[in-house]
Amino acid sequence: MTQARTPATQSDDDTNQPTTSGSGGVTTAMRVIVPLQGVVQGRGGLVLGSLIPCALFYFLQLYLKRHRPSSATPPPTPPTAVAAEVSSPSALHRVHSRSVISPRGAHVSSRGNSIARQSDGPVDIGLRKVSEDPYDSATNPDGVIQLGLAENRLSLDLVRDWLAENAMNSIVAGDLSIERIATYQPFHGLMELKVAVAGFMSQVMKRSVSFNPSQIILTAGATPALEMLAFCLADVGNAFLVPSPYYPDLDRDVKWRTGVEIIPIPCRSADGFSLNAIALDRAFTQAKKRGLKVRGIIISNPSNPVGNLFNREILYNLLDFATEKNIHIISNEILAGSTHGGEQFVSLAEITDSEDFDRNRLHIVYSLSKDLCLPGSGVGVIYSFNDNVLAAAKKMARFSSISVPTQHLLISMLSDTVFIEKFIQTTRERLGRMYAKFVAGLKQLGIECIKSSGGFYCWVDMSGFIRSYSEKGELELWDKLLNIAKINVTPGSSCHCIEPGWFRCCFTMLTEEDIPVVIERIRKVSETCKSHS
Amino acid sequence: MAVEIEQPSVRLSRVAVSETHGEDSPYFAGWKAYDENPYDELSNPSGVIQMGLAENQVSFDLLEEYLEQHSEVASWGKKVSGFRENALFQDYHGLLSFRKAMASFMGEVREGRASFDPDRIVLTAGATAANELLTFILANPGDALLVPTPYYPGFDRDLRWRTGVKIVPIHCDSSNNFQVTAEALEAAYRSAEAMSVKVSAVLITNPSNPLGITIDRPVLDEILNFVGRKNIHLVSDEIYSGSVFSSGEFVSVAEVLQSRDFKDAERVHIVYSLSKDLGLPGFRVGTIYSYNDAVVNTARRMSSFTLISSQTQQLLAAMLSDDEFTKNYVRTNRERLRKRYEKIILGLRNGGIECLKGNAGLFCWMNLKPLLENATRESELKLWKSILNEAKLNISPGSSCHCSEPGWFRVCFANMSEKTLEVALKRIHNLMENTKISLHNVISF
Repeated sequence: MTQARTPATQSDDDTNQPTTSGSGGVTTAMRVIVPLQGVVQGRGGLVLGSLIPCALFYFLQLYLKRHRPSSATPPPTPPTAVAAEVSSPSALHRVHSRSVISPRGAHVSSRGNSIARQSDGPVDIGLRKVSEDPYDSATNPDGVIQLGLAENRLSLDLVRDWLAENAMNSIVAGDLSIERIATYQPFHGLMELKVAVAGFMSQVMKRSVSFNPSQIILTAGATPALEMLAFCLADVGNAFLVPSPYYPDLDRDVKWRTGVEIIPIPCRSADGFSLNAIALDRAFTQAKKRGLKVRGIIISNPSNPVGNLFNREILYNLLDFATEKNIHIISNEILAGSTHGGEQFVSLAEITDSEDFDRNRLHIVYSLSKDLCLPGSGVGVIYSFNDNVLAAAKKMARFSSISVPTQHLLISMLSDTVFIEKFIQTTRERLGRMYAKFVAGLKQLGIECIKSSGGFYCWVDMSGFIRSYSEKGELELWDKLLNIAKINVTPGSSCHCIEPGWFRCCFTMLTEEDIPVVIERIRKVSETCKSHS
Repeated sequence: MAVEIEQPSVRLSRVAVSETHGEDSPYFAGWKAYDENPYDELSNPSGVIQMGLAENQVSFDLLEEYLEQHSEVASWGKKVSGFRENALFQDYHGLLSFRKAMASFMGEVREGRASFDPDRIVLTAGATAANELLTFILANPGDALLVPTPYYPGFDRDLRWRTGVKIVPIHCDSSNNFQVTAEALEAAYRSAEAMSVKVSAVLITNPSNPLGITIDRPVLDEILNFVGRKNIHLVSDEIYSGSVFSSGEFVSVAEVLQSRDFKDAERVHIVYSLSKDLGLPGFRVGTIYSYNDAVVNTARRMSSFTLISSQTQQLLAAMLSDDEFTKNYVRTNRERLRKRYEKIILGLRNGGIECLKGNAGLFCWMNLKPLLENATRESELKLWKSILNEAKLNISPGSSCHCSEPGWFRVCFANMSEKTLEVALKRIHNLMENTKISLHNVISF
């Protein structure tokens, strides 16, 4: 029933908490173990890098168990403890010593702490800088330009106009009584909205596939949708394989509260950052060696941050792999409507139509916020072929249910198929234009991007401008771009890219006139970098 | 929910297949019976009357009136800048205007005896999400929350299912009107210790669901002292604070903290929602109000999993900032709930049934102990079934609320029209008559 942990892991957590009376000893231990782990990993690989700290910790626990004082008040955690967690195996993963929240206050869970500490990565810093000093072509031309948010403003005008004409009628007037909008409704979404969403998804994917509304669970955004699938498909300590680079928030969505791990499958520029079968196999084997049970693969198609599409061949290979290893596939297709190149988008749903695969392992995540330019309305979709997953997700939907009045508004909008058709088309055109212009501008500076057919961004190669070919060098450049050029871009390291120097630049929050401004700012910084190397 | 898996097949998680969602209890079984045969005054007058859903429909007309008179707030397009602000990036901070309005409304509901800082308000899609979120933040898997019994059946799911946290009951009984005592608190804590389970927090519901009573101030003091002594948290679920029948009878933990100059307040967190007081469960609006900065920050980030749509925030911001509307609503709603309560109490009394003396909520706590064959859970469930099948009333048995004393039932009265309530009362009378007759026959033998 409840997730009873084995006695071993239970005592791991209990005794891993350094106590004030023993704080000297334990904090010292952490300061020894953590760097040691890094050193050993560098030369001895993951196995040694894990074994030695593990062994030390077990001895430490034994010591603490015998000498544990009666009242435990939490002491400060050295920040390195959290950084180390990223590459350590699951046994050590739970070493978040409870930190001091308030001097004598009751402590907060490790889940609570782990996020309290991770607040200042490049993604957050960048967002903060933009909100403090946002660029506006008229009122604040020297402000920070936002290229770090995968948000689509290109067709906001179309949505605004539609709402101005239709919104009032769709919620309050007509046959919608207060009972229908105020009372409890199924938490997994009104059937009418599911029908409308199924139709929209099909429309957005150019009718290559049709979706069954009864296989849809609606949630307040793609974030809870992904988390719910993680809860349904994996136990605490299990893992998902994810091709990297992947978008930063996936760590939060899949790992934070679930206790599930992500194992990246590194993709390389030599392959155009597309998924390599050998790398996939290697990642799975490595997971096994580390004692991590892999429960599934999560792909994003179109990919975020790279913007490439999964073709049929790769999808079939994935299906074969998943069948062979008896694992799930989650396909995050929230950008399916944002394809702008010539390449054809193929949904996971389309593949399963024509082949004889066990569909119980297939799940799609979708969302209206990207394709419909409406993040404020937060609509996420779980589309699964597995009845048991649907049953469990239905019950979980109560934790992230969409406001009923908002659902009615969306039903209205999505049912206006003429508007939707025009909207999808216009958005695609605008995306294509912006992409072409942005890429051309970068090319003038000698900066190349991965050829992308979908998404709101370019995956840009600025490795020529970084001083040292390392994450450090990359972050130095990122810092220059943010604080000197005053553009907020997402560094590849935040996306777990193994090759330094790549940046994700979202262009959908700009107007066409802004692009030359951005290019000019990049040029200034790139010149100072060139003069260094 | 037994999962029949054919070989070879891909597995699901323990969470997915566990029964901790609790949806197989009688609490939910009754709902199923209702769904299959729902009462309707005209089309199905012999159907099951739903008295197991704590929903407030008595003040719908006030909401309707407001929405009709202010239809522009329901849409987005009032001003271009307003639109951009609302449609775009879902910021987990929530609209400031809405948080301000919530803070003000929460103060209003407490009749000005406590005030709330908008920056300490974290928005969630309903109190269900708020309670789960707080549990994720305050407790690790395997830890426990202490919860007074009887408690809302949904807690078994909301607090335990995905979090892996346990609930250890603080037993209360009718000897002192189910109030929490110092002894009960200590006993619960000790029983957790005996199981080697770490206690993270006490979670109270005030006013109480299912009891329908407010917690006395001395008891709140006792609970606050207890959590201070044990260095644990206190979560106060106050979603029925606006549903108190008479003014001045509800004491929020916020008031007590204020009178203590907020000393040691960082261990206290309040959950609120508009689903009960404002009768808007469909809007999915909940909040966490915490006096602990770290909890506020963490909860805010975690609220990414459970956001309220900008459109809903905007609509409610306007409604809740309208002082005239909120003052009138709170007052009128209170009046109507009290009248309903009195009606059902009288009706039950005329049928020979007594209830716990309640002063809040959308339900009453009915005492059917005299009707039990034996003072056992089985007898209670037998009685519950016969009420469902013969009287066609879905009420909630105390055992599904983990009440240690068999024979109590929660009966909701605000989710129906007055006429329907009258029909329900009639059915109860008939049931009592038949029971008396059969009892009489047994006795006279």
